[in-house]
Order: sequence, then structure tokens, then C-alpha cells
Amino acid sequence: MQAPTGPYRKALSDVIGFLVRRLANYIVLCLVATFLAFALASLTFDPIGILMQRNPPPPDAVIQAKRVDLMLDQPIPQRFLSWLGGVVQGDFGQTVAGHPITDELGRRIGVSLRLFLLGVTIGVICGVVLGVVSAIRQYKLTDHVATLFSFVILSIPVFVLGTLLKQPAQAFNDLIGSNYLQTLGEATPGFQGTWFESLGDRLRYLIVPTLTIALGQIAFYSRYQRSAMLDVLGSDFLRTAQAKGLTRRRALFKHGLRTALIPMATLFAFGFGLLITGGTFTERIFGWYGMGDWLISGVTAQDTNVVATVTLFIAVLVLISGWLSDVLYAALDPRVRV
Amino acid sequence: MATITSDAAAPGASPVDGGAPKRERSATRSRLVLRRFLRRKGAVFGLIVVVLLYLMAFLGPLISPWGYAEPDYTAFLQPPSAEHWFGTTKIGEDVFAQVMRGLQKSLTIGLLVGVISTSVAALVGALAGYFGGWVDRTLMWVVDLLLVLPSFLIIAVLSPAFKGESWLLFVALLAAFSWMITARIVRGMTLTLREREYVKAARFMGQSPLRIIFKHIVPNMASLLIIDATITIGAAVLSETGLSFFGFGVQPPDVSLGTLIATGTDSVITYPWLFYLPAGFLVLFVLAVNLFGDGLRDALDPSSTRARKRATKSEEESE
Repeated sequence: MQAPTGPYRKALSDVIGFLVRRLANYIVLCLVATFLAFALASLTFDPIGILMQRNPPPPDAVIQAKRVDLMLDQPIPQRFLSWLGGVVQGDFGQTVAGHPITDELGRRIGVSLRLFLLGVTIGVICGVVLGVVSAIRQYKLTDHVATLFSFVILSIPVFVLGTLLKQPAQAFNDLIGSNYLQTLGEATPGFQGTWFESLGDRLRYLIVPTLTIALGQIAFYSRYQRSAMLDVLGSDFLRTAQAKGLTRRRALFKHGLRTALIPMATLFAFGFGLLITGGTFTERIFGWYGMGDWLISGVTAQDTNVVATVTLFIAVLVLISGWLSDVLYAALDPRVRV
Repeated sequence: MATITSDAAAPGASPVDGGAPKRERSATRSRLVLRRFLRRKGAVFGLIVVVLLYLMAFLGPLISPWGYAEPDYTAFLQPPSAEHWFGTTKIGEDVFAQVMRGLQKSLTIGLLVGVISTSVAALVGALAGYFGGWVDRTLMWVVDLLLVLPSFLIIAVLSPAFKGESWLLFVALLAAFSWMITARIVRGMTLTLREREYVKAARFMGQSPLRIIFKHIVPNMASLLIIDATITIGAAVLSETGLSFFGFGVQPPDVSLGTLIATGTDSVITYPWLFYLPAGFLVLFVLAVNLFGDGLRDALDPSSTRARKRATKSEEESE
């Protein structure tokens, strides 16, 4: 490879400048998003109201103490700033019930990330391959099967799919005569063993939930990839490439696939949003105590700090995937100069 | 149907309607679209199912002997029978009446959200992509912000506030947070389309930007927008049921397919009708909408003509 020179180097530094600007933009977005979630939660939640509904009602002194404890006597921006100040020092505040959030955070992030990363990796790779194959073999058997698969999967919401997949998992367990596939929890409680045994144990709990989340991702990406690839297949530049003597395979992969991946780069950031929502359902259905589960119980308990923490986590994930998508976009489409 | 102005290269014209006079051409084109659509059995099936489900959602409650909130104290957790077509719940409510009522609510919400959000997306995305500059930056910043805060999260957080409010507020919230994905794709495509020769030609001939957007850019994304409008209806039904599943959407005593599925999930093995019937209707509807959207795409998208011809040829060969 030659070192880039002249106008090419200028273009390269433009792209890098673009990516740096986007990154700065995303960091601001994260803060604004977390602030908005914090503010919305503070405005709509009424933790004192929940406390008051207890029977017998707690004495006034307890309520006043709780109010001061939750800083409800201060304006929202100030509450946010003091929470953010804690976050910077690694302290995410307390739940409504008074437990420190930081204690639980690491474990919950681990649980969620395990699910998300496996789901997105399997989903993107299998989805793009499936989409390209079914576009190239349009209206052949492969395409029909792949299309049917995507249509059916995309029509089944995660909370139905999870419950449905539990049935074949149960049947599989009955067949082999042991409870190999677990569908509740993320590890055997109190499991003792070596690192490797513990990995094996977690794998048993991981398979069905990962399948639940990956199937949706595969279907999602393959639909759009097929669509994008078909648009490219009908284009003039591909015909030109073939007319110039490239083999069909070479024209498809060097010219077609690259162009067809451009809309995919944008989709990636959004597929990730879908994944996070899907992950929330998956965690609830399979009894995983991850971040998604925390969001639901946080809203139910009307807990502002928990909601803000989960939002920050989601925002950081979306930031990373959004920025990755910008990098891909800049790499794939040299015409884009923002 | 977009008629093609003569002063630019005709991007949407298929070779079939090349040199015909204007009136006849548009008639031919719509007949062509209809014929292409009818050729897809899946799409026709989708359309029929969607129409039937909408009819059923509104006519079903009329023919049902039971109201959706009217318990039968003589039948608790009964399986489907002549008296209760879809069985009963643990407090004796008729599942058929509940599913019909839930279907009605879910489908109405889906349709409203789909139409509103796709229109917003096309407009915002095309404006941002075409004008660039500060309009682009402002719009995309809002889009990015709404992405970082997933709609599911915002609506869940706001849900304690709209308990007891009208479900139309819920529709407004769903629509307000579901157009971003499409808008960003539309923007990406507009960025590329803007540099195409026919758009440049139109611009140099002095056409107004809005006219270029509506005549040359949006029609070129018709296939995408149509897929998207239908998929959004399906997706809106999915988000509505998802939120309702957790109790953040449609509130009791009203029911939606989501609340019904939530009740049925725990007893899927013991009382399967409580889960499979509402879940089945939900999946059937979303599947039908998706099939319909896909068929429309094939019928409307001029660039698939070539592929069509090849497919028709291979179909003829195989017959």
C-alpha cells in the first residue's frame, strides 16, 4: 500500500475531522438525553405518592426525611447536576428503597452486554449474508425460504417469540432426558466450579435467550440487505462493470455489495436501538436481571435515579453504534462530505 | 401516481410506457401496477387478511353474545366452547370479546401511527438531505437525540402521567417517536440523489427546491417509503402491544392485544387459549401487513421491472 498523497490525503483528513465532530456531537447528545430522561422521570414520577399509599401511612417525619433524601425539595436541574457530579466520581446515587445503584450496576451491565453483543454479532453477519444470497437468487427456492423466515420472525414480537421458543426448548430437554436448556435466570444460583465449568453453565442459560434476540436481528438485517442489493442489481454501473469484462461474481462483490452496504451502515445504529428494546423483553421473559429489567422495575417503582442510570447506559451504547455507523458510512461512500 | 414532467429525465418511467400519450400512459401504468400486485399471491393474501381483520375487529364485538368486560360467573377458565368461542379468563370474561376489543384498539393505533410517522419521516428526511446546512444539522440533531432516548424508554417513563388520559395521547406519543429511523434513511438517500444528473438538470432549469423534492427525490424513494409505511403500521402495533404488555400502554379496564398476551403468558401451558389466541391474531395481522407492503413494493418499484421480466420468464420455463 502506498501512503496517501495530495488530494487523497486532504480527503482523508476531511473524513477524520468529520468523524471527530460526530463523536463530540454524540457525547453532547448523551448528556442531553440523560438529562431529558432524568427531567421527564422527575416530573412524572411520584415516589412519595407510592410511600403514602402504604397502610398504615408512614408518619410525617419519615415522609419528610424521604423527601430530603430524594432531594425532592430541590429544583430538577440542581438534582440532575448533583447526580451527574456523583456519576463522574463513579457513584450513581441510590434507589428509592435506599440501596446504592453502583453495587448492582456492574453485574447488570455484564448480563445485558452478553446478550446484546452476541445478538448483534450473530444478527449482522447472518442477516447480511442471508440478504445478499436471497437477492442474488431472487425468486428461487433459497429466496422464498429466506423471505418466509424473515416475514414470520419480523411479525412475532419478542415477548411472544420468547414464550414460544420455550416450548421447543422444553421438548428438546424431554427428548434428551435432562434439563440442559434453561429458560429462567442467567446462571445456576450458587454454582461452584472452575472458570470453564462456569462458562459451560452459563451457556446452558444463554442459548434460548440469545436465539430469541438473534432471530429478530437476522430477519431485520436480511430484509433491508435484500432490498438494497436488489436496487443495486438493477443499476447501470453494475451492468457497466460486467460489460467491461468483470465476472458477475467479481462485479457483484466489488461494486454491488459495497454500494448495497451503504444504507446498511445507517441501519446499523437503528438495529441497535431495536436490539435494546428487544433485549428488555428478553430479559423480562427469561428472568435475567439486566439493565432492561432494571428499566421496567425502575419505572414501576417510579425511581428516577435508576431510570437515569439505564438511560445513560443505553445512550452510551447508541453512541458507540452510531459512531461505528458513521465510520462505516465514511468508509463505504466516498461522496459523503458533511 | 406521480406524473412525469417532460423537462427532466424520467426516473420513474418503466420502458413499457415510454412514448405513449400522457392520458393513456397513466391509465396503462396504474393497470400495470395492479397487474403486478395481483400476481403476488402473498401480497393479495396479505391485503385480504388485513381487510378481514379490520372488519372483524369492528364487527366481531357486534356478533359476540358477551361484552369484553362482562364476566360470566358460571364459567371460569373454561376452554373454547359453543357458549364461549375462545374460552374464558379466570374471572369469567369471554376471550373472544376481549380479543376483538383488543384487536380493534391495536389496529386503530397502528394505522394512525403508521400514516402520521411515515409522512413526517419523508418530509423531514428529504428537507434535511436536500438543503443541508443548518436545517440539516438541526433536524438530524433532533433525530439523533430521539434515537439515543429510545421511544420505548420515553413512553415508559411518561406512562405514569397518562394513566387515565385518552388513548389518543398514547397514539400521539407513539407517532412522535417512531419516524426517526425512516427519516435518517431518507436523508441518506437524498444526499446521494441530490447529486444525480437529473436533479442537477432540474435545478439548473430553475425549478424550486420543494418541487424538486416532491417531483424528483421523493418519488425515487417511493419503494422505500411504501415498504416503510406498511412496516411502520406493523411496527406501531408491535410497540403498542409491547408497551401494553408491561402495563405502560393501554390501561385497564380497556384492553389491547398486548395486555391480553401479558395475562396469558404465565399460563401458556395450563390455559393455552389465553396466550395463543391473542398472540395468534397479533402475529397474523403483522404478517399480513408485511406481506402486503412487500407486494406493493414489487408492484410500484420501477427498478424491479427487469427482475420481474426475468422472474416471469423463469416461471414460464418452469411451467
